[in-house]
Amino acid sequence: MPDKAEIFVFWPLAVLLVGFAGGVLAARNPVYAAMSLVGAFFCMSGLYVLLTAHLVAFLQILVYAGAIMVLFLFVIMLLSLSDEELGVSRMKAMQAFGALGGIGLLAVLLGAVHASGDQGMPPVDARFGTVKAVADVLFRQYLLPFEATSVLLLVAIVGAVMVAKQRV
Amino acid sequence: MVPASHYLSLAAVLFAIGLAGVVTKRNALIVFMCIELMLNAANFTFLAFARMKPDLSGHAIAFFVIAVAAAEAAVGLAIVIAVFRSRGTVNVDEVTAIKDS
Repeated sequence: MPDKAEIFVFWPLAVLLVGFAGGVLAARNPVYAAMSLVGAFFCMSGLYVLLTAHLVAFLQILVYAGAIMVLFLFVIMLLSLSDEELGVSRMKAMQAFGALGGIGLLAVLLGAVHASGDQGMPPVDARFGTVKAVADVLFRQYLLPFEATSVLLLVAIVGAVMVAKQRV
Repeated sequence: MVPASHYLSLAAVLFAIGLAGVVTKRNALIVFMCIELMLNAANFTFLAFARMKPDLSGHAIAFFVIAVAAAEAAVGLAIVIAVFRSRGTVNVDEVTAIKDS
C-alpha cells in the first residue's frame, strides 16, 4: 500500500511544518524564531523527498538549515539585542492589517488552487530528481543561468564584505 | 497518493504566514526569516509543479532560488549589521533616514 504510506508521511510533516512556521511568527526572541525556522526547513525537506526531489531536499538541509541559518544565528549573537528592544511589537492596528492581508492572500491562493481541480501525480521513473538527472538539465538546458549564479554569488560576497566592513 | 492540490495549498499557507510576518514584525532579522519562508514556499510550489508535469526544469529553478536566497541573506544581513552599527537598532520602524519628513 504505497498510497496510504504517502499520506501517513505527508500529514505529520505538513502539520509540523505549519506549526514551526507559526512559531517563527509567534517568537519574540530571534533565536527561537531561527530554531523554529530550522525545524520548518527540515520538515520541508521531508516533503521534498515525498515529491521525489532528492537533490533539492539534500540542498535544502545543507544550504538552508546549515549555512543560511548559521549565518542568521551568528548575526543574532553579534548584535546581542537587549530585552526591551526585543519586547516591542508593532502597533495593534498594523498587526490586524497584516493578519488581514495574510488571510486575504491565503484565500485568493487557496481559491486558485481549488479552481485548478484535484490533479493526481503521474508516476515517474527512478531517475527523476536524482543528482544525475537534475545535473543533466542544469548543464544542458540551463548552463548560462548556472554560470551567472557564480557571478551573482561573487558579487554578493564582495558586497557583503564592503557593506559590513567598518572602514574600507 | 497525495494530490497536487495538497502540496500547493500547503505552500500557499506558508507564503501567507511569511507575508503576515513581513508586514507585522518590527525586528529586521525576523522580517528576513519570514522572507526566507516565502522563498521556500515558492520553491515548494515549483517542485510540486515539477512533479505534476513531470519536468525536471522545476528542480533547476529551485536550485537557482536557493542560490539567490543565499546571496540575499548574505547581503541583507550585512546591511542589518551596518544599520545596527550606525544607529544601534534593528527596528525597521526607526530606520527612516530617507523618509520625506
